[in-house]
Amino acid sequence: MTPTRKKRLYLVVMIVVGIGAATVLAMNAFDENLMFFYSPSEVVAGKAPRDHVFRVGGMVSNGSIKRESGSLTVNFDLTDNVDTVTVEYTGILPDLFREGQGTVSKGRLRDDGVFVADEVLAKHDENYMPPEVGEMLKSANIKATTGKSMGDYQQ
Amino acid sequence: MLARSLVIWFGVACLILMAIGLYWGLVVAPPDYQQGDSYRIIFIHVPSAWMSLFVYMVMATCSAVGLIWRVKLAEVIAISSAPIGASFTFLALATGSLWGKPMWGTWWVWDARLTSELLLLFLYFGVIALYGAIEDKRVASRAAGILAIVGVVNIPIIHYSVQWWNTLHQGPTVSKFDSPSIDASMLIPLLIMAVAFKLYYVVVVLMRSRRELLLRERSTKWVQELIEQQ
Repeated sequence: MTPTRKKRLYLVVMIVVGIGAATVLAMNAFDENLMFFYSPSEVVAGKAPRDHVFRVGGMVSNGSIKRESGSLTVNFDLTDNVDTVTVEYTGILPDLFREGQGTVSKGRLRDDGVFVADEVLAKHDENYMPPEVGEMLKSANIKATTGKSMGDYQQ
Repeated sequence: MLARSLVIWFGVACLILMAIGLYWGLVVAPPDYQQGDSYRIIFIHVPSAWMSLFVYMVMATCSAVGLIWRVKLAEVIAISSAPIGASFTFLALATGSLWGKPMWGTWWVWDARLTSELLLLFLYFGVIALYGAIEDKRVASRAAGILAIVGVVNIPIIHYSVQWWNTLHQGPTVSKFDSPSIDASMLIPLLIMAVAFKLYYVVVVLMRSRRELLLRERSTKWVQELIEQQ
């Protein structure tokens, strides 16, 4: 390689490394802002902002969906298997919204600790399979876990 | 001419694979256990998203080669790739949006994956605009090339955005090679579509590069001779 080419190569490498390092630093500084949502345990720990809009994401707890009759208002619990946040929402829910589904809600925390959402989005997972396989997995899971959990319930 | 026969062969292979992939994906493959038939847009969305990253890497690598060794052909391939990459990025964003509405409940959110992919589209636009704005095409290639290389930093961000941060977009499905979390009956047509998209890129980039090269060298002797032969 001729000296000029070597110089240009170093220049290109330096551009990539320099910009890369700058971006890493910038992203570290903005890490909090790049998070799309807070988890329920972060909300319970008081890490979420008290006085303005933010998002909370988690699984809808089984058996926690309560609909008010005569209105579109729905209550449900979001959990990350550590802590739980109750969400209240009035409006139309996305198709994928169901118990055990990951969701992201946007809104404010009310003083009584209930999260009042003005938008609820469903998060779908990265698994794709035919319905039969899904059913099989589900029943296998139930079989695998029920031995224990059913016993727990009975106690 | 080698390039011309390559265009024909790759073009035919691309069309065949795309037909097989689309039929397999849209008709033969089973519906998803949660999303039903709506997930079928994956067969367009995911290959175009992969291609948006792949084309960018080709463009940036060719730009670097063009900058360092001043290889004309590398400059030509780099700038010919930009509009193709921009189209794939746009396709990924548009199909993702169409998929997001019924599944997530929204057309668009500013999460890390979607935002960084949008940034990629603007990077492509920037490269195209910068190249077009400078009269001397060799200087233009160098300027656009530097922008393309600077933008490389966005590529790992897009890829890892769903792991580094909480996003509405789900995590990776296929790139976990040990255990891709997609059923084989869906994975095979997806990979066929990915190969078809790659061939499409090869075909179009060859055609565009030929045109760009002839346009740049139009005053040289060999192009003049070529025109006289026709």
